[in-house]
Amino acid sequence: MYNKRSRFLTVMVSLGLAFFYIPLLLLVIYSFNHSKLVPVWGGWSTRWYKVLFFESPEVWSAVALSLKIAFVNATFATMLGTLAALAMVRFGRFKGRTLFGGMLVAPLVMPEVITGLSLLVFFISLQELIGWPAERGFTTITIAHITFSMAFVAVTVQARLTGMGQDLEEAAADLGAKPFKVLTAITIPRLTPALVSGWLLAFTLSLDDLVIASFVTGPGANTLPILIFSRIRLGLRPDINALATIIILVVAICVTIAALIMYRQHKRDLLDQQLAERAD
Amino acid sequence: MTDLTNSPVSATSQQDIGFLQSLARRAQNNWRKIVILIPFVWLLFFFLFPFFIVAKISLAELAIASPPFTKLIEWTDTGVINIRIVFDNFTYILTDNLYSNTYLNSLKISVLSTLICLLFGYPIAYGIVRSGPVMKPLLLFLVILPFWTSFLLRVYAWMGLLADQGTINNLLISIGLIDEPIRMLYTEFAVFVGIVYTYMPFMILPLYANMEKLDTSLNEAAADLGSKPTNTFFKVTLPLTIPGIIAGSLLVFIPATGEYVIPDLLGGGNVQMIGRVLFNEFSRNTDWPVASAVAIVLLFLLVVPIAVFQHYQGKENEGR
Repeated sequence: MYNKRSRFLTVMVSLGLAFFYIPLLLLVIYSFNHSKLVPVWGGWSTRWYKVLFFESPEVWSAVALSLKIAFVNATFATMLGTLAALAMVRFGRFKGRTLFGGMLVAPLVMPEVITGLSLLVFFISLQELIGWPAERGFTTITIAHITFSMAFVAVTVQARLTGMGQDLEEAAADLGAKPFKVLTAITIPRLTPALVSGWLLAFTLSLDDLVIASFVTGPGANTLPILIFSRIRLGLRPDINALATIIILVVAICVTIAALIMYRQHKRDLLDQQLAERAD
Repeated sequence: MTDLTNSPVSATSQQDIGFLQSLARRAQNNWRKIVILIPFVWLLFFFLFPFFIVAKISLAELAIASPPFTKLIEWTDTGVINIRIVFDNFTYILTDNLYSNTYLNSLKISVLSTLICLLFGYPIAYGIVRSGPVMKPLLLFLVILPFWTSFLLRVYAWMGLLADQGTINNLLISIGLIDEPIRMLYTEFAVFVGIVYTYMPFMILPLYANMEKLDTSLNEAAADLGSKPTNTFFKVTLPLTIPGIIAGSLLVFIPATGEYVIPDLLGGGNVQMIGRVLFNEFSRNTDWPVASAVAIVLLFLLVVPIAVFQHYQGKENEGR
């Protein structure tokens, strides 16, 4: 009965995927273009990769700064986001829950210009008041990133926590395990897939952020998106295509590995579930 | 959570149990407090509080100082507290055509983009849900993958496609469909394409999550009772997916309204959106009070959608 519509759906999915991937594919192809003008095809060449690797030290220092921020951000955002998710899913009602939930969800949708502006004026007021942060850069960007990416971690972990049930935690507690022990021995290991994907999500969001970082950075601290943005604005530079290709490749490989790990975990969970059902 | 009465402590007296219970409860309460307080304080300090400062600055005047605005409360030499609140920034924004047109234009672009995302995202999500057990995770993965690659680079990719000498124009000219390149980059059309392209996964994913939970037996029942597929879709499937539609639409609409990068790169100077005006007011004109007022008005426009989003998200996370 769905045959007719399913052909329509197949066409839509195919068109959608084509729409998603053709621009990325063209970016990769043009990164091997010899010509200096991006849209003009001048034959295959790895010229811009050489320029990128050997003549663009500023790109690599921006890459290093971005990776450092992303790593610290992802780690802290995962910790804070997980605590927040635990509070939201496992603690029922508590004072200020509505406010807490609101503050936790709002960064998911808040336009970046608003978040960026408010964090900058906050940092400046704080600096006037207590002299910290003395300069804007690594610390301020990291704090800003943690603030918005912990929301994404919280949503990811919440989804897993809700689906997980808490019988094992209860059993452990009944057998005398202290709350901290329950958390580290039972809850955290069972949350691992969600924690991994939350961490990766926070990492990527941080690497990707341009607007908020532009607001809260100072002179001299350029993250990779800030650098790329200013390059693009100055005019199309072919070595950006080479950089883009490398980024797309690295991301695709990392995400594929992560997806495979989570897919395997998912299958194991399903198997466990089936076994448990059969045991009943 | 823990219920000590269930544990095998029958040998101990009732009094001991009472004592143990209160001890456990106290330990648990402290534990709970810590778990809640750490993220709570962080968000209060770094998320909520900054908005109050923006609100404060929006009531100040521009000054040649660092930071470039007047203080609201000042102690004068004679020991008098001077409070100066000005609403000039707001009256300026609300009466100046530039700003009201920009707000309207942003809303127009984001509403239309949201509708386009919904129109195309819905069948894509439905198609993925309906695909086989092998294809489903693969298709879902293919939709998510671009979401993980750099947003900025995806926008940049479209600059190469839409430019006068870009891939699309070159292709159309080479197959003889047009003689002159069509102007696409730096137009509103390019901004639409950019927003739809980058925000499409935000529409597809909530729709997919919602549709996957649907009970297909309802569709079968409707079919058995003689309902035509189209009728079943509009009477059964569509109403059941409304939460997904709302979540997806808000995930596209709210951030798109304040978008800065896409109108800047794809719209050039020709498409005014409020996020871009805010950014420029702030960084180029360094008029912090006006920029803050622009942000506050934008926030007010988005308060209702954000509250609706939170409501649905909260329901989802309530668990159990």
